[in-house]
Amino acid sequence: MFAIILRRLIYAIPIALGVSVVCFSLVYLAPGDPLQTILPADASADTIAFIKHEYGFDRPIPVQFFFWLTRVLQGDFGMSIATRRPVVDEVLGSLSNTAVLATIAVPLAFLIGYSLGVIAGCFPGGWLDKLVTGSAVMGVSLPNYWVGIVLVIIFSVEMMALPATGMGPNGSTAFSLFRWADLQYLILPAITLALVPVGILARSTRASLAEIRNQDFVTTLRAKGLGEGAIVRHMLKNAMPPVLAVMGLQFGYLMGGSILVETVFTWPGSGFVLSKAIINRDIPVLQGSILMLAMIFVATNLVVDLLQAAIDPRIRRA
Amino acid sequence: MLRRHLPGLPAATFGAALLLAAGAAQAGGTVTVAMTAGDLPVDAGQPDQGAEGFRFVGWNLYDALINWDLSRSDTASDIKPGLATEWHIDPANSKRWIFTLRPGVKFHDGCGFSADDVVWNLQRLNDKSSPQFNIQQFALSRSYMTLYDGVEKIDDMHVAVTTKLVDAMFPYDMAYVPMISRCRAEALKLDWAAYTNAPSGTGPYLFDRMVPHERMEFVPNKAYWDPKRIPKQDRLVILPMPEASTRTAALLNGQVNFIEAPSPDTIPRLKAAGMQIVTNTYPHNWVYNLNYVKGPFTDIRVRKAANYAINRQDVVDLLGGFAIVGYAQVPPALPYYGHPVHYEYDVAKAKALLKEAGCLPCKVEFAISNSGSGQMQVLPMNELVKSQLEEAGFEVTFRVMDWNSLLEISRSGVDKYPELAGYNVSRLLQDPVTAIVKPVGRAYWAPAGSNWGHWQDPKTDEFVSKIFNEFDADKRMKLLTELHEYENEQAMMIYVVHDVNPRALSPKLKGFVQAQSWYQDLTPIEVTP
Repeated sequence: MFAIILRRLIYAIPIALGVSVVCFSLVYLAPGDPLQTILPADASADTIAFIKHEYGFDRPIPVQFFFWLTRVLQGDFGMSIATRRPVVDEVLGSLSNTAVLATIAVPLAFLIGYSLGVIAGCFPGGWLDKLVTGSAVMGVSLPNYWVGIVLVIIFSVEMMALPATGMGPNGSTAFSLFRWADLQYLILPAITLALVPVGILARSTRASLAEIRNQDFVTTLRAKGLGEGAIVRHMLKNAMPPVLAVMGLQFGYLMGGSILVETVFTWPGSGFVLSKAIINRDIPVLQGSILMLAMIFVATNLVVDLLQAAIDPRIRRA
Repeated sequence: MLRRHLPGLPAATFGAALLLAAGAAQAGGTVTVAMTAGDLPVDAGQPDQGAEGFRFVGWNLYDALINWDLSRSDTASDIKPGLATEWHIDPANSKRWIFTLRPGVKFHDGCGFSADDVVWNLQRLNDKSSPQFNIQQFALSRSYMTLYDGVEKIDDMHVAVTTKLVDAMFPYDMAYVPMISRCRAEALKLDWAAYTNAPSGTGPYLFDRMVPHERMEFVPNKAYWDPKRIPKQDRLVILPMPEASTRTAALLNGQVNFIEAPSPDTIPRLKAAGMQIVTNTYPHNWVYNLNYVKGPFTDIRVRKAANYAINRQDVVDLLGGFAIVGYAQVPPALPYYGHPVHYEYDVAKAKALLKEAGCLPCKVEFAISNSGSGQMQVLPMNELVKSQLEEAGFEVTFRVMDWNSLLEISRSGVDKYPELAGYNVSRLLQDPVTAIVKPVGRAYWAPAGSNWGHWQDPKTDEFVSKIFNEFDADKRMKLLTELHEYENEQAMMIYVVHDVNPRALSPKLKGFVQAQSWYQDLTPIEVTP
């Protein structure tokens, strides 16, 4: 197990480097200016040149990348161009807000998605299967920002039951999961964010179970006279590794926040901060966010691999 | 409704609800504003986030030597004394302005305001060798500090500011320069990130708290030097809310009670819910800047044809009536509007002009953005204008891009993008220089300024020179009017509409006066229970 962890950690290094290079290149390929937020629309060429020099944006891009990487390796992600706050504070603050959202969205998505998939997989071809599969397709197909707006119209505007926007009546710094006045702000964005993973998980679980169902060992179990409940338990255990992989990816997706969902609900999470960084070309924040999100993906996949290995001895032996 | 189904709510929640109800019943109450900005303005004097930065943070925390008069809705907003009670040009030197400072003014931190603070502030924005120089503030202030040359203290209550050229309208530039507290900045060892968490000015509001990216809260400055502008509410909260539908929902839901720019299609719903919709003409137009160096718009007949091809009323209707037709650079309410030509919708005339110019069909490519600060309903408006131009004989192609990319085109100028016939943008016309001088002045050719299409002719140059050298306000106004009429006669832009800046307010808010300005005064607003 230790060897697996070590190997995956070593794999993470080129992944992080690759992500950084791609991200850096993409930002510079897009037209626009990283100093747009602070430059007036009629800033003169001399002014722009002076400010670019002061911020170091007049250096060749590979040189900028080298200096950035050197600082990052020392734990310094730089300062946001727009806010002049340390990128680490910006990104960690937003990630913790997304983590709060994920605290509800992840169990919601996993429980509902997995349960629906199991129900559909246990009754293939039946009306329950068709209902679940149809709902899952709908969950995946409906744009989540549209669902978010519809939920706001129903629950916030028409019923006046839940807040439409924000993270608590006094902002994220005063937010508590254990206070209803705050918690109610979480409900609509969490449901909206969970919608897509519910659909994906339900379909993945159903497909995995359907595949297992036709395997020889299930027939053998049945021939041996095992009860249906025990057979389903065996099937679920065997169907788990691919479902876990999908869960890992979806966990990464949820931790990355959703730009659209967080924008609709003005939830100050990683997606919200990332979208502002993209619009403003705030390169330090963009780089820092993407790198940290990539690392979360890598860590999540490592955990998933370890879980898979724990569940399935064939993976440990591989 | 949901609460009825959750009987087990903690007692603390009930208590909090009672407290909230008690808070709402206090005289003055809380004004909670949903801005269109994507983030809170970062404020070390010169705020970012464009005009909203000044509107909701800059002019609440600070004063400039010269302030904007935002007290009336029936006349165009102009400048008035702020931290300076009087200013005049030095009779011996037409590049030296002398300001008399207001006595007895104190910053929020208790330090007194004097000439030293003015010198310190202007050095902070301009003098790269001064310890308080701030590169970000330098960048944000460039539009207004172009002609600034230096500052000197005459005595504690007088300063002299010199300009690089003779500039009779320099006081307008000084109306964009908030004065921050030197005491506070130095106490924080000039750590500007720390300063944004504890700003101090002389303005009508005191900074109370901020949650980055989420909310900023202010309380009244009961010791404000202008007693008429001491805030009538107990607390002002500003929230960034870039999504229009979210702002509308938050207002209908009661989370906020003041929203900026509701989308026109939601206004009937807001009205049905009893919300107040306030609008007013203000200096903000929606036009196409043109290429005067290369392509069809070098010919005045083509420029006029494009203006005759626009059915402006259709565009106003598209916006639900929340705009006024635009025939010239500035709206009719401005004192230098004059009597411009009204390019009334006339397809036949437009076609005839194109035929005469030998440009039929007339191929043009415009850069447009898919969204952006103040761009109104940019995509449907552009589609409508495209169909109108094509009906008259143009063949229009759009190069669609995000706002940041369009700004890059805007700054670079026609030399870098000669293939473009123009680009669509909404323009801030807060003062006469920005409104009608910078877009045509030779000194402002992009990338040095905002004359994107490199307009130049001797008559314009003569107007600009006279305006900058005319210190008599009445005579200068006459010159500005003539320049405005001349620009319109030359059809320098494709004029479409002027924005009326709709806002929606809860029926509980009383006393708001929507000034004809990019800035607004929130101090008179009261919240009734």
